[in-house]
Parts: sequence; structure tokens; C-alpha cells
Amino acid sequence: MIYAGLDVGSRTIKLVTFDSAVRHEEVIATGVSPLPRCRELLADKEFTRLVVTGYGRHLVAPALGGDIISEIKAFATGARYLFPECHSVIDIGGQDSKVILLSEKGEVRKFEMNDRCAAGTGRFLEIMAGTLETSLTDIGSLALNASRIININSLCTVFAESEVISLIAKGEEPSAIALALHEAIATRIQTMILRVGIKEETVFAGGGSYNRCLVELLEKKLKANLNVPESPQTVGALGAALLAGSDKAGG
Amino acid sequence: MADDNVKMWEELGIDLEPHGTLMNTLGPMFQEMYQEQENRPNGMGFYDMVVGDIHGIRVKELREHAKDGGKVVATYCVFVPEEIVWAAGGIPVGLCAGTQFSIPIAESVLPRNTCALIKSSFGFKLGRVCPYVQTSHLIVGETTCDGKKKMFEILNQHQPVYVMEVPHKKNGSSRQLWLYEVRAFKDVIENLTGKKITASGLSEATDTVNDRRLALQRLYNLRKASPVPISGKDALLVTQVAFYDDVKRNTQMVNTLCDELDERIKAGEGVAPANAKRILISGSPMAIPNWKLHHIIESSGAVVVCEESCTGTRFFSDLVERNGDDLEEQMSNIADRYMNIHCACFTPNEERLDDIVRLAKEYRADGVIHYNLQFCHTYATEAIQVEKRLEDEGIPLLRIETDYSDEDTGQIKNRVEAFLEMIKP
Repeated sequence: MIYAGLDVGSRTIKLVTFDSAVRHEEVIATGVSPLPRCRELLADKEFTRLVVTGYGRHLVAPALGGDIISEIKAFATGARYLFPECHSVIDIGGQDSKVILLSEKGEVRKFEMNDRCAAGTGRFLEIMAGTLETSLTDIGSLALNASRIININSLCTVFAESEVISLIAKGEEPSAIALALHEAIATRIQTMILRVGIKEETVFAGGGSYNRCLVELLEKKLKANLNVPESPQTVGALGAALLAGSDKAGG
Repeated sequence: MADDNVKMWEELGIDLEPHGTLMNTLGPMFQEMYQEQENRPNGMGFYDMVVGDIHGIRVKELREHAKDGGKVVATYCVFVPEEIVWAAGGIPVGLCAGTQFSIPIAESVLPRNTCALIKSSFGFKLGRVCPYVQTSHLIVGETTCDGKKKMFEILNQHQPVYVMEVPHKKNGSSRQLWLYEVRAFKDVIENLTGKKITASGLSEATDTVNDRRLALQRLYNLRKASPVPISGKDALLVTQVAFYDDVKRNTQMVNTLCDELDERIKAGEGVAPANAKRILISGSPMAIPNWKLHHIIESSGAVVVCEESCTGTRFFSDLVERNGDDLEEQMSNIADRYMNIHCACFTPNEERLDDIVRLAKEYRADGVIHYNLQFCHTYATEAIQVEKRLEDEGIPLLRIETDYSDEDTGQIKNRVEAFLEMIKP
């Protein structure tokens, strides 16, 4: 039997189909009409059961005949499958970030999520990358080239942007600004980690874990190695697909 | 009737255009959140009617009272001893302060980073959109938080405000201070109404308010049943309306509703399946029409079984002791009863932690959701102690910090659903 997991996120939609292993995975932009996009994505796929997670779950699941689970459970499940020794998950996604602590059995024990705004998320970096005339893909390596350390105090996307602009106006080097932005996010995530109290091993998932600078900064703060999955964006969709194959979803 | 209302609002100096917008948003919101619930008790019909005419029938009653020289005393907090107002022939009304609607106007004066409840209440006066404020002769504030305390000074420039000093410790000298404050409040009310409070008048008023407390206690006790016979949203509405409805009518309505719930329990009938997850809410008050969190929780398949809050148990859980008819003794009993409200304005406030644990057990809650209004520092910081105590007790906790706007509904729903998946029934 083939199971499908769909993670309808704020910036991207992720699909994973699974039987005894991952069969297919795909990431597309969410855009303004996520439902038709999901339909297209699933049009030529075969599966017996669908589970949907992510911000768009309540829009998409009823229309496509899927069950619903939260992202927290989806990420916990996906991370445990990929790393059976995993006890904590850090996820930095498009519009939110979260830290999850798992029990021995892999159930969610505790979790923290960022507040309502985009502070400490991928979207924050994306906007800052624009201000620094680089891209989301390149801002991490730009930061790693910094020759000096400066501080950015604001985590609010709007205020941080003004702070960045005034640093640019002072002639500050872009790589140092980029590093300070990464440091600000890592500090924010660390606060959540301290609240939840994570345990090794830790999986770092979500689009944010493509960023080498964030990985390094978080590893330094945690004094531990982070496991970054080969396909970090689809961990939630994988979790949803795995739950579609068990009876633990949709209850 | 609608035309009568408009005429009345005009006479009260209501700014009709924004007020009309407020009334037009409330209707559909109530329809969606309340009237679409399944299997509601018939006794909620009264409350639907009350909300349907929220600025009409009760305001009319208050104005009738005022026409005959009676006074209306508006309050914001469960610390104001309402027995004293009733005993002097006045009518106390708890003002609503639970909507985003009045916040933008408030922010033209108050700092933005102030709690939604403070902004909402101030905005109602500044924007002239609340007929209850307009009808009242005196607003009574209190010192339960610094934000309110300073807001009352500004509110006083628009309408007379009297502030009671609520102490912040629970020792002997604080208790003494509070007793003086309760006595001073009696003088203020006597001056306002021109009526001397008598021992027998105060006994009668105390019994009347105690009766309503007993009725609300009865309602909450019925929520301990499984399946639960009434939704959390409906029970919250009953409590919210009790703040401004006539006390005797209210007692009767709550008891009628309870009679029906008794029958439901006997028949094993509930509003949610017996295996629905049971949630205790603890934290900041939810003034009418703030139904946001309850709605999110109950539309995610769980049921709210109790509120440890000022719009919940803190409003009615203790009675004023009745052990004598001596006026001074009664005043002392009143002071004691109110001093025993476990508000986060006190330090230390261990008793509140005990309450949360006790209520979680009594109501067989599967988890606790701690609710605090953004910028409500006392509840937000006390939540750290709540978290620790509940962890020691093995009771799952989710902390939600929010305001009255809808912008974070998606994020809250996300957390609530994850929390419900996590906890075991």
C-alpha cells in the first residue's frame, strides 16, 4: 500500500509518498491558490490514504479526502523515522520555527513555537537577503565569510530591516551584517531550546537547515552535533505519510 | 424596538456610525461561534436573546433605574464589592472590554504595548461606543495592575473614576488596608446614592449576591460530568453575562439552565462525546465578547470544562460569610471574601497554583491551557510557576499568549491541535 503525506506550508507545499520506503518527494511553491496546486501535485500519484499537515491543512484536507495532523506530530514522526535515536527536533520553516522534545517512544512530550510574527524564521532571512542584495540560498555563505562580529538587536522583521539599512549606511560589511542576522535567529531558537530542554540526538529540519551558517551557530550554542536530513524540507510530509500508514492520524 | 434603541443610543451620546459597525460585526460572529454549536441546552435561549440585544434591553432597564434617581456603578474587576452597591440601591455593571473593535481608537492615546483589556475598555469610552459606560454615574477602578492604574487617571478626564487600592500581599497589614478600602468604598457609594447602607440592607444584598455565586458554582459543578452537558463557550457566556445582568434574574436563569443540565446528566447526554479531551483554562479574564480561545479549542474537538479566571471560578468560588447582622462585622466578612481572590497581582500567590491543580483534578481535565493577554505581566510571569507546579503534578500544560485580534488564530490553532494530540484522555 502507498501512503501520501502532504505538508501545506506557508511558503512551500511538500509531498511524500511512501510504501516501505520513500517513493517520491516533491517541493513546490504555495502561492495564492494552494488547493489547486495540491490537486495538481496529487493528480498522477497513486495512494490509498492521505494525511495533510501544515498551515493549509484545514483548507486542503476536506477537499482532497485527507485526514489532518499537526506539524508538530508530523515533524516528530518524520525525524524519528530518519534518525531512530532522535529525541529532539528543531524546525525552521517559512513562517514559523519550532523545537520539539520527544519521549523514548517517539511521542511529542513538549514543544515551543515562535510567536505570531516571522522573527526567527526562513522568511526573516529571505527578506534580509533581499536588503543585502543576496539570496536566501547564498546568505549563509555570505555570513560565513564575515571578518568581524557585530550585533543586531532587533528580531522583528520590520525593525531588523531598518537596523540593517542603518548599518549599510554606516559602511558596515555585508557579510558581518549577514552573520549578525544569523546570530539573532540562532539566539531566538536557543531561547526556545532552553524552554523545552532538548535531549540528544537532535534533528535540524525545515528549509532553514540548508543554511550552513545557522547549522554551525546552533551547533556551537548547543555544544552538540545536529543531524540534518538529506531532504530537510520534506520531514513533515514524510511524517504525515508515515502516519497515514498507521492508525495514529485523524483521531 | 430597533428604532427605540437608536433613539436611546443617540440620547446617551453614542457615536452611532462606529457603534453600528460594532453591532453588525458582533451578530455574524456570535452566529458562527455560538449558534452553529450542536445540541445546545434550551436554557441558552435566554443568553442568545441577551447577546442579540446586547446594547438594548439591559441598558433600557438601567436608564429606567436612573430616571427614578437610581445610580449605576460601572466596574472592571471582580475585586469591587458589588453587595455594597446593591445595598445602597445602586446597580453595579461589569463593563465589557473584550473586543478588538475599540482598540485602534484607544491607541490614539494609550501606548500600543498595553494589554488588550485596558485598551479595549478605554477605547469604549473614548470612542463613545458603549451605552453601559454612558449610562453609568461612576466608574470604579482598582489597582490590580499598573497599566489599568494609570489608564484610570486618563479615563477620569472623561468620566468620574474612583479607584480602590487592592493590596499586593496577603499579610495582616494588607488585609487591614483592604478593610479600610472597603469601608471607604461604602462611603463613596453612600455619597453617590444619597442612601445610608443599613445592616439589614447589606445582609439582604449579600444574600442576593451569594445566591448568584451559588448558582454559578452549581453550573460549574455540573461541568464535572462526563460527557459534559454544556460547552465551555456557553458556560463562559453565562459567566460573562452575570457581570451586568440583574442579579436576581440572573440567579434564576442560571438555576433554570442547571435544572436542564441535571436532566441531561441523568440521561447521559452531552455536547461532546465522553472521550473528548477536557481542558481547564487558567489565566487572564475573557471579557465579553472574547470567545476566541474557547472557540479554537472546541472547534478542534476538545471541550473546555472550567475556567480558573476572573470570568470563571475567581468570580464566584467563595461566598461572603454570613454569621451576624452587625454592620461592621458584615463589612469585615465582605473584605475577607474579596481578599481571598487569588489574582496574580498578589505576591506570593501560591494559592492560585493550588487552585489550578485542585480544579484540574476535580474537573478531570486532561490538560491545562494557560491563557494570558499579551502585556499582562503578572499572569505571564506567574505562568512560569504554573508550568513548574503542573510539571511536578504530571498535568500537561500549553501556554498561549495572545490579544483580541484574529491575526494569530492560525498559529494558536496549530498549537492547540498539537497539544490535543499530545495529551492522553
